[in-house]
Amino acid sequence: MNQQRQTLAKRGLGAVHALGWLAVVALLALVPESAWAAKIGDVAEETSLGQQAARFFSFRDPSVRYAVFGSVLLGISCGLLGCFIVVRKMALVGDTLSHAVLPGVALGFLFSGVSVSGLFDWSFDVDNITKNPALIFAGAVIAGVAGTLLVTTLKQTTKIKEDSALGLTLASFFAVGICLLTMIQDLPTGNKSGIDKFMFGQAAAIGEDDIRLMLGVTVLIVAVVFLFYKELLVTSFDAGFARSIALPSEWIHHGLMLLVAFAVVIALQAVGVVLVSAMLITPAAAAYLLTDRMHRMLLLAVGFGVASGVLGAFISFLKPNIPTGPCMVLGASAVFAMALFGGPRHGVMTRWWRHMSRSKRVQRENTLKAVYQVLENRSAQPEDSVSLKELAERRRETLDEVSGQASALKQHGLVTLHEEGNKILFTPSGWQLACTIVRNHRLWELYLTNAANIAPDHVHDDAEQIEHVLGDDVVRELERMLDDTTRDPHGRAIPGFADIHKPFAPAATGPSGYGRSS
Amino acid sequence: MNEFIPAFEWHRVMVEPWTENLPTTFWIVLMGFLITAACGLIGNYLILRRMALVGDAISHSVLPGLAIAFLLTHSLNTLPMFLGALGAGIVTTVMIELIHKKTRVKQDSAIGITFSTLFAIGVILISFGQTDAVHLDAECVLYGEIAFVPLDLVKTELGPGALSVVEKIPLLNSALFLDGNMLTIAPPPVIRMAVVTGVTLLLILVFYKELLVTSFDSGLSSSLGINSTVVHYALMGMLSVIIVSAFEAVGAILVIAMLILPGATASLLAHRLPPMFGITVIHALLSAVGGIHLATWLNCSPAGAMVVAGSALFALAWMFSPSQGLLQRWLGRELDELDEEDIERLAKGV
Repeated sequence: MNQQRQTLAKRGLGAVHALGWLAVVALLALVPESAWAAKIGDVAEETSLGQQAARFFSFRDPSVRYAVFGSVLLGISCGLLGCFIVVRKMALVGDTLSHAVLPGVALGFLFSGVSVSGLFDWSFDVDNITKNPALIFAGAVIAGVAGTLLVTTLKQTTKIKEDSALGLTLASFFAVGICLLTMIQDLPTGNKSGIDKFMFGQAAAIGEDDIRLMLGVTVLIVAVVFLFYKELLVTSFDAGFARSIALPSEWIHHGLMLLVAFAVVIALQAVGVVLVSAMLITPAAAAYLLTDRMHRMLLLAVGFGVASGVLGAFISFLKPNIPTGPCMVLGASAVFAMALFGGPRHGVMTRWWRHMSRSKRVQRENTLKAVYQVLENRSAQPEDSVSLKELAERRRETLDEVSGQASALKQHGLVTLHEEGNKILFTPSGWQLACTIVRNHRLWELYLTNAANIAPDHVHDDAEQIEHVLGDDVVRELERMLDDTTRDPHGRAIPGFADIHKPFAPAATGPSGYGRSS
Repeated sequence: MNEFIPAFEWHRVMVEPWTENLPTTFWIVLMGFLITAACGLIGNYLILRRMALVGDAISHSVLPGLAIAFLLTHSLNTLPMFLGALGAGIVTTVMIELIHKKTRVKQDSAIGITFSTLFAIGVILISFGQTDAVHLDAECVLYGEIAFVPLDLVKTELGPGALSVVEKIPLLNSALFLDGNMLTIAPPPVIRMAVVTGVTLLLILVFYKELLVTSFDSGLSSSLGINSTVVHYALMGMLSVIIVSAFEAVGAILVIAMLILPGATASLLAHRLPPMFGITVIHALLSAVGGIHLATWLNCSPAGAMVVAGSALFALAWMFSPSQGLLQRWLGRELDELDEEDIERLAKGV
């Protein structure tokens, strides 16, 4: 019990640290209501991109400051929760939730026109409709939660599958929202209310009240994720283990959905209803491509979310008629594309590059081996040269192909080429590598024949594959297991230590072979 | 509250649409019905194949295809639009497959990332080209402009011979179609949608067996020599075409409802495919008619109202379905369905 309290206290400390950083950022954004605070109209027309960027990032205008700080906050909250959404494979639940909040937003708007003077004495006045962030937040969260509950109920009580349940909830709620929205816009005050900015988002519409709400919710989300990190982690990755240690998985799931609803709703003003789910999924998926550790994924996703949020706010600052949401989403998509193609471990290009360089290495090693075998068949010395024609015959390939391979070997300093590329001579390192490969191949054949009792005529293909990947320690192991490592099952000599480290004196005008030129 | 929700005046809401405003109402209802029917028919297969959310993805991501076609041709001609939407549909399918197969990102995230990226591109393209865009703007993307459908009618002048023939047909000899010697054919979007719905129906009838087998039993389909990949891509292509013809009228998001709601309602009420198609079409008709009355009453977007009406029908089916209904559950008469079926089968001696 005591220990539990201690760990909880430790985790609390962690949360306090994180919140501390958040507070610093908040101070930076909110405090300087100061010396060079200027209104947008005060500044003379600035045209160049550089000047506009300077103006944006100096945070002189309060509206810019709110927009940027709001983007940072939504990046943090969406990034954090998006990670859990992605690893729990609930991306489309997030999408449904974000569309389902629309009727709540509309009702939130409407309720700002309701004035309560008694328990049953409500009056509704269209002229009073304004944008009240708290009411919109409440309405949207209720609608979002109702949407997720509807999906769960549909799955439980009917044979409708999850995907259909998600789709029909999403679209039905959205349709109700659209009806309410068009009704609000027909009201005399409707067009001024700014509800249309909730569809695709407009970061410039973020006001001081919005920022306070966003800050509060983000602090809550960060604190909850820190405090219950372990529980969230366990239920996300190992449901069986979570059950066995009696974690209330159901409640953790519902709590997480509530937090996601919070994050979606505070992001609405900047990103808009239609695309807010992308801010949950895309940064987190990009982070998922780059790391295997949850805490790193959380940090990366927050970073990506903040970066794409600020980028989107900046672009829509430059071009005010472009809604912010799509810009933010495209920023996040660009990050994802970079991770997809260039990620150090799972990137498509990286893997392709790795594959190509591996197959090139195998190709080089095979060519070296062929040169070795030509020399061996002639019982020649390592200093002797091999003609391209001999190599081509040995590899059963055309002269063009072989000369390409020879120049690849030359580029890597494994051979030198003479007589216009017709004669190939080992360099010392090339000789060593060739000996090692041949030794790997023949040792493996010997091992398969002697230790695994495979017929000698069945071992070659296997050895062709493995010769390129045998490490030093495996080779040493093979040497220990095999008594006599001088001859392979086909009776050819296995190059030993002495051969590999033979004193080597390459002669530029060595004894000529019988190439095509002579 | 009266300012917000108008009073329900029976005459204005229920009668006027079919008397004074008939020309407007008729085309809107017909358009809504055609869209919901075509979407519902193909939606049945999406639901069966657990691909409802692929429909969601494609409906979002045809937008950049439409926007590019529009910006290139500066018109809303059918062919470039179809080509743009088909291209976008194929890009979507390929992108989802690429992300999902080549990386460790799961399919749900792959779908989400793909359609949000393409949709964002589409919205930005539209915002750039908004200066001279007549039909394609952000509002159209969200809830369509089905109310504008009757504004642009194709009319043709009839010669005296043709006029006398037309006048003998009772349905055509009315103020709705005949004005002097001018015969109203239909608004172009309705004609297009009618063709698309007809083709959809025809394709489903012709390839009924192939679609059925690939949807239910992939093993059997490959043993029958049906190429399920071709069927899959053909279905996706048809879906893109339907979505793009519906796009102008109902927008990108409401079309998801039209894809899923009829089929989901039908699956609550029937267990075999042919009756499901029947219920789908009835659902389409009822939701189009219900939607127009709702929209007249509340003065809201007709497309949104049609979906709300469709959702209400779904809710009714969910409540009163004989096999899976909530009422059935609450009354505690829920029998084990498998046993029931087994008993029936035994009784028939199969």
